[in-house]
Amino acid sequence: MSIIAGATTQPEGTGLLTVGGPAQSGQAVGRIWRSIRQNNKAFVGFILLGIFTLMAIFPWAIARDDPSAEIYARSAGPSSAHLLGTTYYGQDIFSQAVWGTRETLIIAVVSGALSTVLSVIMGLAAGYLGGAADAVLNYVTDVLLVIPTFPLLLIIVAYLPHAGVPVLIAVLVVTGYSYGARQLRAQTLSVRSKDFLEAARVRGERSFYIIVVEIIPSMTSLIVATFLGTAVYNVLASAGLQFLGIGNPSSISWGTMLYWAQNNEALQTNQYLWALVPGALIGILGAAFALVNYAFDEISNPALARVPLGRARFGQARYSLRRLHANRAS
Amino acid sequence: MRYALRRVGFFVLTLWTCVTLNFLLPRMMPGNPAIAMLARFHGRLNPASLKAIEIAFGVNTHQSLWSQYVSYLHDLLTLNFGTSITFFPASVSSVIKSAIPYTLGLVGITTILAFLLGTLIGIVGAWKRGGVLDSLLPPLFVITSAIPYFWVGMLMILVFGLKLQWFPYTFSYDPTLTPSFSWPFISSVIDHAILPAVAILITSVGAWILTMRNTMITTLAEDYVKMARAKGLPGRRIMIDYAARNAILPNLSGFAMSVGFIVSGAVLVEYVFNYNGVGYLLVQALNAEDYPLMQALFLLITIAVLIAILLADIVTAMLDPRTRAAR
Repeated sequence: MSIIAGATTQPEGTGLLTVGGPAQSGQAVGRIWRSIRQNNKAFVGFILLGIFTLMAIFPWAIARDDPSAEIYARSAGPSSAHLLGTTYYGQDIFSQAVWGTRETLIIAVVSGALSTVLSVIMGLAAGYLGGAADAVLNYVTDVLLVIPTFPLLLIIVAYLPHAGVPVLIAVLVVTGYSYGARQLRAQTLSVRSKDFLEAARVRGERSFYIIVVEIIPSMTSLIVATFLGTAVYNVLASAGLQFLGIGNPSSISWGTMLYWAQNNEALQTNQYLWALVPGALIGILGAAFALVNYAFDEISNPALARVPLGRARFGQARYSLRRLHANRAS
Repeated sequence: MRYALRRVGFFVLTLWTCVTLNFLLPRMMPGNPAIAMLARFHGRLNPASLKAIEIAFGVNTHQSLWSQYVSYLHDLLTLNFGTSITFFPASVSSVIKSAIPYTLGLVGITTILAFLLGTLIGIVGAWKRGGVLDSLLPPLFVITSAIPYFWVGMLMILVFGLKLQWFPYTFSYDPTLTPSFSWPFISSVIDHAILPAVAILITSVGAWILTMRNTMITTLAEDYVKMARAKGLPGRRIMIDYAARNAILPNLSGFAMSVGFIVSGAVLVEYVFNYNGVGYLLVQALNAEDYPLMQALFLLITIAVLIAILLADIVTAMLDPRTRAAR
């Protein structure tokens, strides 16, 4: 518990402020791994993510039943043949839960990664180039930041009936990158005038080289935090969308399980597990990402954080709050 | 003053972007979804409203995109959002008007409660550093923040609605009653709001706790707090007047912003409880492909959020001079 108490003195929940030269980034991987083993939260989070990854890659090793086959007794309770019972359509719930990991995890990881890449491009370009480029990029990001994300997601998807997973991911990326981009831009502004960048400029390096080789490595932990934060949000948002029947309802994922459970009034008809299991799994997956993220905050903050001006801190706190509350809609 | 003008400028630009996005989205999408929608409604709607929808979505009109845009803007300014398809022949504005009070009541009151409760717990948690409240809540919040909110709603329905049967769990009032300002109706509304309210409260209070606690911890390390301690002021006075008063700013501006989110409702929670507010209306519009209703709702939600953010910025600038200089 002492780790928590000592480390979370930062005003922002997710904001990482790592100001440091490239020299520090070389040791980052080793330091991160050592910290993971020492930090209970990070350890639990990583174990959970590992289990889910195995479930996503080798679902047949855990659940032998075909998740979509409608061949068993309908609406049966838990038994040795069907650990979590069956659905109204006679599908095995345990098998659906295991096989559903794949699509859920793919959406979370791929959309999280792509939107982090977009955040890095938009944030660093805006922060480093400055001037007109900054004005335009920052305006686009700001607009996307203030539009309520979940209603926007719903509206866009509504115009794309029968949208599959790729469309879902694309929409999540476009609507979800802005928060990370804003943080990375602020961070870029604060390192822009550091000596190690000045030195690179004096050496005559091009902007592209400076951004990729000098700036990005110095922001590793912020970029990782952006990825983890976006992944948590995307797990929830995609589950919410699929719960409403958006996307392909015949695919096997936790969100579509919830959709069918809700459509068949699973709660009202004593088929609790059908509705409770996928929701709990979404919660556990989200919590796994969140735990790693939270632990990451603790690990990288006290060692590296050189807190900038009061107003910068304040601004960051506001936007992480905005992010936290945006989640509520889903 | 320059700061306020810049914020207003951003507000106007963003508003324009949203309005234009709303106009362009259905026209940009592959195979114009409005045409498919119109095909389905042919013969079910009267020719006049069909015509109105065609004009609204730029189908079968020989107007240029620009003149469509101009008439779209004109309709917006005169608050003419057309006819809803789901609730035909009601106008979109009247459908939205009937949903707004329920959302404002449910989400509005829970937002205020969550803010007050979270801020208070955050203050006390940070003050009693390392106490039960402080060591238990942050990790707990990490976990609750990852639970889908609608799923918490489903749990509430299962436990308190179906098993214990303490509260009703569907719709916003007893449908056998007619809406009026009478006690039976009002008490029925309150009864129906309790479960969704608790579901929202459980999942949203953590954000307030965490922000308040973290800012408070930073503030407690400031010199003027040490000074107050050195002067021997009573603990409660330091906690409230010295630390909390300064640390509450991020939470206050967060509150101002979340006021904007009240209007959008809690989409999925309202859906789970069949609570007939704005969020549920949006889902209904989505399922029925009721584009006029959807567009109007999206605009309403966005404008509410934009106004709240503008107000939040201005209030913060008034309360905290440091922000005025910040970009």
